[in-house]
Amino acid sequence: MPIFDIDFETMPREGVEAIQLRRLQTTIARVYATVPFYKKSFDAAGIKPKDIQSLDDLKHVPFTTKQDLRDNYPYDMFAVPMEQVVRIHASSGTTGRPTVVGYTRRDIENWAGLMARSFSAAGAGSGDIIHNAFGYGLFTGGLGAHYGAERLGASVIPVSGGNTRRQITIMKDFKPTILCGTPSYILHLAEVADDMGVDFKDLSFTSGIFGAEPWTESMRTELEAKLYLKAVDIYGLSEVIGPGVSIECREEQNGLHVFEDHFIVEIIDPDTGKILPHGEAGEVVFTSITKEAFPIIRYRTRDISSLNPTPCACGRTHIRMTKPAGRTDDMLIIRGVNVFPSQIESVLMETGKIQPHYQLEVDRKDNLDTLTVKVEIDESLFSDDIKSLQTMENTIAFDIKETLGVSAKVMLVEPKAIARSQGKAVRVIDKRNL
Amino acid sequence: MLAEQISVFVENKEGRLAEITAILRDAHVNIRALSLADTTDFGVLRLIVNDNDKAEQALRKEGFTVGRTRVLAVEVIDEPGGLNNVLDPLWMQNLNVEYMYAFANPKGKNAIMVFRFDDHEKALKILEERQIHVITAEEVANL
Repeated sequence: MPIFDIDFETMPREGVEAIQLRRLQTTIARVYATVPFYKKSFDAAGIKPKDIQSLDDLKHVPFTTKQDLRDNYPYDMFAVPMEQVVRIHASSGTTGRPTVVGYTRRDIENWAGLMARSFSAAGAGSGDIIHNAFGYGLFTGGLGAHYGAERLGASVIPVSGGNTRRQITIMKDFKPTILCGTPSYILHLAEVADDMGVDFKDLSFTSGIFGAEPWTESMRTELEAKLYLKAVDIYGLSEVIGPGVSIECREEQNGLHVFEDHFIVEIIDPDTGKILPHGEAGEVVFTSITKEAFPIIRYRTRDISSLNPTPCACGRTHIRMTKPAGRTDDMLIIRGVNVFPSQIESVLMETGKIQPHYQLEVDRKDNLDTLTVKVEIDESLFSDDIKSLQTMENTIAFDIKETLGVSAKVMLVEPKAIARSQGKAVRVIDKRNL
Repeated sequence: MLAEQISVFVENKEGRLAEITAILRDAHVNIRALSLADTTDFGVLRLIVNDNDKAEQALRKEGFTVGRTRVLAVEVIDEPGGLNNVLDPLWMQNLNVEYMYAFANPKGKNAIMVFRFDDHEKALKILEERQIHVITAEEVANL
């Protein structure tokens, strides 16, 4: 399968590391000189740009957190004057102040190149028609994928999120071959197609590129069976650049290649901040090494993953991160047990053969945490017999207890009772006042 | 063909039942009988209607989960012991009633009982041997 940027993507490791060091040194020197936040934080840690003599020295550099970005809202993290900024994106700000990021013309070009690499890794080429259901707007997904598709030379349909019935009509009539979007929205799309009597078997898709929220292997099985395509995971976040930080290759679908000539990835223990050895799961930390407007140094993503340095059959030499398993801030502590929504999802799909439309509700009654798992019923699960429905609830609750060690009440709800978002799924409602 | 029942998953929420019956009303479906089995969180509404296809279609379109089940509908004579005439031969052969409900036959004085047994085929055979009339889907539609 063709590799878009073959020189960089298949470069021997020594070459990758040499480029990384040179670009890292430049980036560190630049942010120290231009962004007061970094100067202050490096000074406090006793770090000078000239101290970075090897990639290993990066571990002495302080982390950057989401809170740091909020404190410098909106533009104080920018490393270039506004005259050079050609684009601004922002996070949704659902958990606080939004974080604002900027791009120079060259940043936009680099990003388009990274997204073109990503499309190519997913099996797309210039002959493809890309149905881009990532939201266009402040969210980086829509425009990020759009520019990458154009750079690849493919035909992009800028359909964005929402207006789902019209999307189905477009899929039927325009015959797109590549589908992009958040997995929860794509599942919603599949449901609506079903309601409209449209079978994906009759559509033209060959690959799906899904991301912007963690999704599981069982969800991949489900999506591939339903949509008749190969599904690959794309990863990115606006603080680092947007989508196109890493992607799975279609050949292996086993770990996401991090584009290491643009980003340095580390995995740390979220509690101690220590770097973890390859293979161990921890918090993903990124440093951008080519960005001009919004360079980011050792950004704590709160995403959980591990690194796999073994060479990949696809030929890319860039390190792979395992499919993100969740986020440190998604992690619920219920009666002292760490619970990730994705773990519950796996139980639902494996033991209940249930579509992943679920929501976790956590509450505290009489000083005791309670977990309610709401699961939408569908025709394959439904029975006219109350007993068998109750048995199903009990079986799922039992399996959750077995797998996660936490008691849960399972509650069947009507189809579509759980709100569908056009972007990311709301999986957790925490009513505890902690 | 045996009578068929429509079942609908309903959350335990105010006004939910009225919503379902309004959907059926707007689809011009006539309800012959209904029963609601409930738990604290949800219920299953079981319905005998004059047009199953129409009812199922209308409810699905509004996003409800709908199932269809074959049931045994039996006319029971309106006199003491009428129900035992039907039940006795069944329980004596170890058949178990999963659920049942009744409605009045508008064309006669007798009641019609709707049964779901754990072993449907066996129940049907016993009733036929006893020459107890099992009402067909057509008869239900034309009541």
